[in-house]
Amino acid sequence: MELISIKLEKRNTPPVWFQILTPFIAILISLAISSIFLLILKKNPFTAFYYMFAGAVGSKFAFLEMLVKASPLILTGIAVAFAFTAKYWNIGAEGQLYAGALAATWFGLMKLPFSPVVYVLVIIIAGIVAGAIWSFIPGYLKAKLKVDDVVTTLLMNYVMIYIVSALLNGPWRDPVTMYPSSPSIAPNAYFPKLIPQSRLHLGIIISLLAVAFMWFIIKKTKLGFEIRATGASSRASNFLGINTVKSIIIVSIISGGIAGLAGVGEVAGVQYHLIQTISPGYGYSGIVIAMLGRLNPIGVLLAAIYFAMVITGANVMSYNLHIPIYISDVIQGITLIVMLMMLLLFEYRIKIGRRQ
Amino acid sequence: MSSFLTLPFWIGFLAATVRVATPLILATLGETFSERSGVLNLGIEGIMMFGAFAGFITVFLTKNLWLGVTLATLSGLLFGLFMAFLTVTLGLNQHVSGLGITIFATGLAYYLYRAIIGSPTVPPTITPFATISIPLLSKIPIIGQVLFNQTIITYFALIAVPISGYLLFKTNFGLSIRSVGENPEAADAVGVNVYKTRYTSLMIAGALMGLSGAFFTLAEFNMFLYDIVGGRGWVSIALVIFANWVPAKVFWGALLFGGIDAIGLRLQGTSISVPFQVYLMLPYVLTILVLILTARKASAPSALLKPYRRE
Repeated sequence: MELISIKLEKRNTPPVWFQILTPFIAILISLAISSIFLLILKKNPFTAFYYMFAGAVGSKFAFLEMLVKASPLILTGIAVAFAFTAKYWNIGAEGQLYAGALAATWFGLMKLPFSPVVYVLVIIIAGIVAGAIWSFIPGYLKAKLKVDDVVTTLLMNYVMIYIVSALLNGPWRDPVTMYPSSPSIAPNAYFPKLIPQSRLHLGIIISLLAVAFMWFIIKKTKLGFEIRATGASSRASNFLGINTVKSIIIVSIISGGIAGLAGVGEVAGVQYHLIQTISPGYGYSGIVIAMLGRLNPIGVLLAAIYFAMVITGANVMSYNLHIPIYISDVIQGITLIVMLMMLLLFEYRIKIGRRQ
Repeated sequence: MSSFLTLPFWIGFLAATVRVATPLILATLGETFSERSGVLNLGIEGIMMFGAFAGFITVFLTKNLWLGVTLATLSGLLFGLFMAFLTVTLGLNQHVSGLGITIFATGLAYYLYRAIIGSPTVPPTITPFATISIPLLSKIPIIGQVLFNQTIITYFALIAVPISGYLLFKTNFGLSIRSVGENPEAADAVGVNVYKTRYTSLMIAGALMGLSGAFFTLAEFNMFLYDIVGGRGWVSIALVIFANWVPAKVFWGALLFGGIDAIGLRLQGTSISVPFQVYLMLPYVLTILVLILTARKASAPSALLKPYRRE
């Protein structure tokens, strides 16, 4: 029997065209693999993917709905990309999103006598601060006390989701319906609509600003250099005189703040009140998006739009073809793994040969 | 409040503690094997989720509990094998590989459940494992009722603790696992097959995680629910650190957290002023506190997170 051996040979950084092409190839491969799970339900993958993408970009309405989904995904993607750049393993964007949503709701329920512009700014700041605090805790614990950030950020997601649940089943429970959802926030705290008769709101602009913000900080500032250096090698960074403890703490604050913004947008731009299912896992999708976008702000933007298409389209596909909606999670998981495998090609050439 | 002082209350509480600790023991032992060989397996939550699904659906379709347990364990083993391919053969980032497996396995479990069951208003149920009273031992006062009146999976978990300890610390195989986790170059130099050892460890780990997941659907509950594992996998990752990568300590750590979980279950409804969610979040908060307290003296295997490439 001949055994196949896989050998990896170090290579130089591949050309730019190859780097840009990689995520697209990863998407195609992962859709091909996902087809297996459609085929086992005896569904034609081509029909399914047609419904998926038509459901996301096939009409003006669909396209705008897709952008509504894209805005929290861009934010969680940027939040995670920021964190991963410094190797702060923030798996807690989900909890930070809920923290932001909670704070936005809290201030929104106060019905303060502010003008819309001021009120929107107030809940935005409240959401940023809440998300930042929720991420600062594990960031500080990692940087100062070497407490594993993966575990703390993950566990804090559960803590925050229970805090929200306690509020929704307690003081914020809708007194009329007794349904676990908060009353509506003040109308002058609503995010303005960008296009009448659609749900597209201010959130998408905020998301694009977050992309620009990350690009500017990471590529153009000394802080960005320090963040990248911390991620590349904390030992070398210390040698260069970079305070990696400080870098990680700052990154944790920025990352959590941006994730918190995603929660503000969902409350003030989409639901107008807080519900338990305010996020169907946007925080976890942020990880997939950050990796597919190769931690590059523009890449994250494109990856978020792609997954907004997958998530929006999966609804349409599910409705028309009776394919379980969870296919979008399956696609996300496969894409993350395939992209990670593709990144190997940046460092190594793979030689497949016969074992002697 | 008088109920707190009675013996039946305490026996019920301790028995519940052991029951709730069961999946934590199994999953944490699994993660211990994985990390001892140098691989952080963040696929744990998803592998448990898939195990819970695989066990449930098998029993739902065949009414055969043993087949359910077997296939859940096997599904975990296969995910362990896949994790090994990603992190050992390809040497990919362990954090992202594990998260990828968790997202994929969780999504796949929901997807297949929905495809097979549909979305009925009341989720279908199976007849779960009954508790087995061990002859003689279950007659021991208190201890008998706490430890020896459990389901078969709990007994397996209790036995798995000393077996894992023996395997890791008293056998050549265990020595190989620990050596490839501490210093793979040196292990390789003395003839230990680093790749094979890590593959085996990850497969054992996956099997234990799959079985752990099956406990939720085949013993603790009798149905498959959304997020039924509820972060117990992440708690297990923390417990490995708490237990300093030693199986015997895994047992005590899991009991401690099982106890906190069980207190929450018992205190729910006893006090009107505290929302029950506070009790539900308690295990997560305490896990974080314990991590903070143990982080300084935690000594992870030296080669953890480092892929090994033979030049």
